[in-house]
Amino acid sequence: MALITRNLPRILNQFQAVQSATPRLLHTTIINNTEAEVSDRPDSRRVCTLIPGDGVGPELVYSVQEVFKAGGVPVDFESYFFSEVNPTLSAPLDTVSKSISKNRVCLKGILATPDYSHTGELQTLNMKLRNALDLYANVVHVKSLPGVRSRHQNIDCVIIREQTEGEYSALEHESVKGVVECLKIVTAAKSQRIAKFAFDYATKNGRKKVTAVHKANIMKLGDGLFLRSCEEMAKLYPKIEFERMIVDNCTMQMVSKPQQFDVMVTPNLYGNIVDNLASGLVGGAGVVAGASYSAECVVFEPGARHTFSEAVGKNVANPTAMMLCSAKLLHHINLPAYGNMIRNAVDKVLKDGKVRTKDIGGQSNTKEFTYAVINNLVPV
Amino acid sequence: MLVAYDKAYSTSEISPFVTVAHNLPKMTARILSKNYLQLGNALRNASTLSAFEIQHKTPLVKKQNPIPVALYGGRHAVTMLPGSGIGPELMTYVKNVFRYAGAPVDFQIVDIDPKSDDKKELEYAITSIKRNGVAIKGNIETKSENTEVQSRNVAIRNELDLFVNVLHCKSFPGVPARQSNIDIMIIRQNTEGEYAMLEHESVHGVIESMKVVTQSNSERVARWAFDYARRNGRKKVTTIHKANIMKLSDGLFLETSRAIAKEYPDIEHNDMIIDNCCMQLVSKPHQFDVMIMTNLYGSIVSNVVCGLIGGAGLLCGKNYGDHYAIFEPGTRNTGTAIAGKNIANPVAMLNASKTQSCERFATTTSERKISAGKIRVRKSSRRLSITCCKPTSDPERTDTYA
Repeated sequence: MALITRNLPRILNQFQAVQSATPRLLHTTIINNTEAEVSDRPDSRRVCTLIPGDGVGPELVYSVQEVFKAGGVPVDFESYFFSEVNPTLSAPLDTVSKSISKNRVCLKGILATPDYSHTGELQTLNMKLRNALDLYANVVHVKSLPGVRSRHQNIDCVIIREQTEGEYSALEHESVKGVVECLKIVTAAKSQRIAKFAFDYATKNGRKKVTAVHKANIMKLGDGLFLRSCEEMAKLYPKIEFERMIVDNCTMQMVSKPQQFDVMVTPNLYGNIVDNLASGLVGGAGVVAGASYSAECVVFEPGARHTFSEAVGKNVANPTAMMLCSAKLLHHINLPAYGNMIRNAVDKVLKDGKVRTKDIGGQSNTKEFTYAVINNLVPV
Repeated sequence: MLVAYDKAYSTSEISPFVTVAHNLPKMTARILSKNYLQLGNALRNASTLSAFEIQHKTPLVKKQNPIPVALYGGRHAVTMLPGSGIGPELMTYVKNVFRYAGAPVDFQIVDIDPKSDDKKELEYAITSIKRNGVAIKGNIETKSENTEVQSRNVAIRNELDLFVNVLHCKSFPGVPARQSNIDIMIIRQNTEGEYAMLEHESVHGVIESMKVVTQSNSERVARWAFDYARRNGRKKVTTIHKANIMKLSDGLFLETSRAIAKEYPDIEHNDMIIDNCCMQLVSKPHQFDVMIMTNLYGSIVSNVVCGLIGGAGLLCGKNYGDHYAIFEPGTRNTGTAIAGKNIANPVAMLNASKTQSCERFATTTSERKISAGKIRVRKSSRRLSITCCKPTSDPERTDTYA
């Protein structure tokens, strides 16, 4: 009896804990993917998490939804407003990450990150989401689009970026007044993982070369470890050429001779820079699609991280990137026919060149572009 | 054993430890085993020995360094070795079934030409399996009888240290066979024993073939079997041996499994001599549950049981090491047309049983679809031919990967 009375509060507590499990899980990094049952997943239609994001995100996502509706794509969206600049309206991180780990796929706009922190917390919402889901590999496929005029033609490179450690570890402190230290973390396990991802990506997609981008001449230990991990992994892929390039040289080569690159594997910050640089070469933030992979789930998001908040509500943003993202998403969830349908329609509209948004030298607005794509859909 | 090893390979660095070891028996094992592994690593990195020789001359040294699994966004990469004979044809069916069922698997196909003795392709295949962790494989013929050319199947198993071969022999509904309701798990040591491939002619006309049994490998197999039995609610483990004749080698295998059995008091353990075992299998197969045995006996017993429940084409074999898994037709012969279903079977199991990753429901659903489809094929048509595999797969096209 005494035992029961002693343990009663604990038992009750546990019961409460079960009920309030959702808030308790907030900010934990380990995701339990086994929770969602088979019965949660319909057989005929796929559910996909949708995060419109900040800036023009909601408008672009609306375009994609219109196209999906018109094309009869069997995908339902589970939409969450998720934002760092608008914290009161934002859905909790836990809810969103749970939804993504249940659905396994997500279509996401860009989240704006303020330059200062309200709470003194160093991690941005983007970083929290990546850590929560362990979205370690960011893949941006930079490819010249037909009918989009730019400085270079025939660019086709894939930039693979580690995005859970490195400079983005959010470890900064002021050791003495006026002296701030920012820690860059490089681990062998994560470096190997991203290197292997890059080589596996190259193998799967029939690519010939992997370039490791680094700055090991200065950061001999940190970037050195990254480079060594890549070299080690390269030995397992005898059919894929491996080369290394220092990041400053890489950016120069990128703007002068971008055709030489095939697959590039980079640590966090360099990847971010090279991504945006390369996107600029083929037509800007509005046309490049990307995706972030974890072992279990994928988040499809535009490749260049730009919210275009100047254009909110003006109906001028280019939905191409978001549409290409959605096409890739459909390929990933085994609906390649629908994916090709959307991709071909976008290609056709761009190639015809009659309907173009302002960023790629046209006069049309977002809506007109969306309807042009819908008109070019060839039903499956 | 350890001391002998150290004598053979000792360097100045190691010998002081040996003397220390004599004084402190408890530390002996720890230090020696540590150095032992380091020695193995040093050998592997520095020596001119081939990987195959290292495996055989230092059988206790684990050669593999684990690397990350190829699983991205829920899709697996899997190496496919179509092999020879009807292998390639069957692999197309596998790919079709996977596409229809929407299984999240990307195949990397590596062809090995059975006629050439070139080792390059084989090496690439092994590298590819190391990268992906999992492979599906048809049987690769080794035509050459030249002693220099080793069997490719054996080479793959040795290189990847796939120490255990598992064959789940379960009667299928709708398949007429001599015995019904059989459910036996055959677990076979896969890398040593009679397959050590150490043969020589000591005097003209006298050939000696060595059968190697090591305690560590026997232990690994036994432990694997008992763990399996416990996980899957099996009741009994039977060790098959010939320790009455080969008192030392098979004796070691038997003793090791007995020792391991003591750690699993909830599972019954007994042993049986191989010749008796074969007789019992054909007359009273239901007495067996999980069986463990050395390499050659495993080959014989698995073929016997396959014959009992309906032929070579039905069962799938699974080869496991610490890091890798290979799935192949159970009886390892170049199959007949019937093997079409057989091949789909191991691949279906592949995702679910992938050792390093946790259970994921996406793959298990598609697996269920595949196996459900197969059973439908079996039940609906008495003649088990490949042609009926396709139509039944077609309706599944609508069931996209959930």
